[in-house]
Amino acid sequence: MTAIPARVLPLPMEPDEDPPGRGDPDSRIAGILDFIHRRLAGEYEVDEFGFDAELNDKVLLELLRPLYRHWFRVETVDISNVPDTGGALVVANHSGTLPLDGLMLQVALHDDHPARRPMRALGADLVYKLPVIGHLARKSGHTLACPEDADRLLRGGELVGVFPEGFKGIGKPFSERYHLQRFGRGGFVASAIRAGVPIVPCAIVGAEEIYPKIGDFPALARLLGVPYIPITPLFPWFGVLGLIPLPSKWLIGFGTPIRTDELSPAVADDPMAVFNLTDQVRESVQQLLEELLPRRGPAFPPLA
Amino acid sequence: MTHTVLVTGVSRYIGARVAGALAADPKISRVIGVDTTPPLSLLTGEGVPLGRTEFVRVDLRSPDIAEVIEAADIDVVVHMSLVSAPVRGGGRVPMKEHNVIGTMQLLAACQRSAAVRRVVVRSTSAVYGSSPTDPAVFTEDVEPVEAPHSGYGKDATEVEGYVRGFARRRPDVTVSLLRFVNLMGPGVDSPITRYLRQPVVPTVFGFDPRLQFIHEDDAVEVLRRMASEDHPGTFNVTGDGVMLLSQCVRRAGGVSVPVPSPGFRILSAVARRAGLVEFSPEQLRLLSHGRAVDGGRLAAELGRRPGYDTAAAFEDFLRSRQAAGNLPLRLVDGFADLITAR
Repeated sequence: MTAIPARVLPLPMEPDEDPPGRGDPDSRIAGILDFIHRRLAGEYEVDEFGFDAELNDKVLLELLRPLYRHWFRVETVDISNVPDTGGALVVANHSGTLPLDGLMLQVALHDDHPARRPMRALGADLVYKLPVIGHLARKSGHTLACPEDADRLLRGGELVGVFPEGFKGIGKPFSERYHLQRFGRGGFVASAIRAGVPIVPCAIVGAEEIYPKIGDFPALARLLGVPYIPITPLFPWFGVLGLIPLPSKWLIGFGTPIRTDELSPAVADDPMAVFNLTDQVRESVQQLLEELLPRRGPAFPPLA
Repeated sequence: MTHTVLVTGVSRYIGARVAGALAADPKISRVIGVDTTPPLSLLTGEGVPLGRTEFVRVDLRSPDIAEVIEAADIDVVVHMSLVSAPVRGGGRVPMKEHNVIGTMQLLAACQRSAAVRRVVVRSTSAVYGSSPTDPAVFTEDVEPVEAPHSGYGKDATEVEGYVRGFARRRPDVTVSLLRFVNLMGPGVDSPITRYLRQPVVPTVFGFDPRLQFIHEDDAVEVLRRMASEDHPGTFNVTGDGVMLLSQCVRRAGGVSVPVPSPGFRILSAVARRAGLVEFSPEQLRLLSHGRAVDGGRLAAELGRRPGYDTAAAFEDFLRSRQAAGNLPLRLVDGFADLITAR
């Protein structure tokens, strides 16, 4: 019997980049300067949607992380239901007057998912008409909600996020919190069927309380061409301060994926089948919301 | 079998290069180049060598083109004379006449001819327009959300309409319609290359459009293949990948100055008056919303992807010129040197 030579087992590697706050100060400064150098020299890459992965991770998400960790204290539930690789469609409820729920879901999937997946959300065209916001959205990986883009992202193996309630969901009054609105026209389901990717139901608990909408200014909103201008307990009475979201406690949960790869792609052209699957997805999101809501407990724990 | 090829727009850079490439092909018996002005190589001996290309001075708007096609027994027509911007001192009206009426005359002559078997038309991705409600990437089958209603994009949309009409009436002729993104390379002189060459580049505040380029060598190769083989259909022609305008400006070493969009409109009107840069409204839209197209169909048809992707084409363009300073970059590097020297 031959002796097995002793081997040095490789230790699990540290993640490539140091998390913020670690490493010695000099190398951190050098890293930051190197980052700025590359940005100013234009030495970075974007994909065909305009997604700038480095800017997203190092700057855009970095700005959201304090909000995610300390302000909303977001916890995720069953995030392993989101596949590690390949195309998938995350379908979530939409609430909170301003789309912070989308941003927090993006941080959750990027930072708390083992595969650190960038979420490519499909947004309203209003977003892309606005200067600054529209292009930050593109750099952050998001794109316009249209079948061409949804198909292209899903076929390319990306993780796509949709909020099918749209403005009906995010702009609903506080009294209707945690009641799902109608789910668009089911275009997202057709895209998932065409690409044969799983649909992952997602419930976001906590966003309903950040800007409780108790009224709005319909005439002013029409004048400005926006869907609504909210009245909350703090806005517009406290001006800019009224824009600070209330620090509610958040849970983001993911349900069992609904498979579409067993369906023929032709099903995407059968409106009845698409409606039925849309209803099934909506049911799962509503059910998940009702499970998570008691689990989260009071919206503002220190006050309870 | 041998071919006699007609190349329109031969006095402009890319037209001359395609004519030169076709003239170098022994399988092609004659190359006849037409344009309204003689090519530079005939006038001064400089510029792109045209090889054995025969030049005929023809205004496409006149029926003379039919005589050329008839007399020379042309069997392949490569139509590349669409102009993207009014010539200096000209205006929008002669540009539109040249583009649209010129194409109509040419196609009318082709329809009459018994010899023409293949027509290749250089169009532009500007036919997709540019708006915030566009899909991120256009394939050939996507209808534009907002069809371009002015300038080059509108001309090209009309030209494409006539080309489709011709293809219907002469189903025996192979018609290839090529939608090119912006050409890029050392020899290219276009509104976008002139714009990116400036040391200070005004950009539209709050917008960072996605741009795509096709390298001139790849463009010539695509047009050469299209002229010598049958590839019917409509194809996007682009280098792989996209670049943001901010990346282009930074890699070029320029400084971008964001100007709010109404101010940008005024600025570009002033620049146009002063004869500095020529910017049409649809180019302004491109600089706000950008555009990307999918070149997959052409790659599958030709069995070849462009040799240069968008970024490489831009890099080759930059190599041909004096790099500007990139002041912000030098400041940061100077600061970095200070710190590390400490």
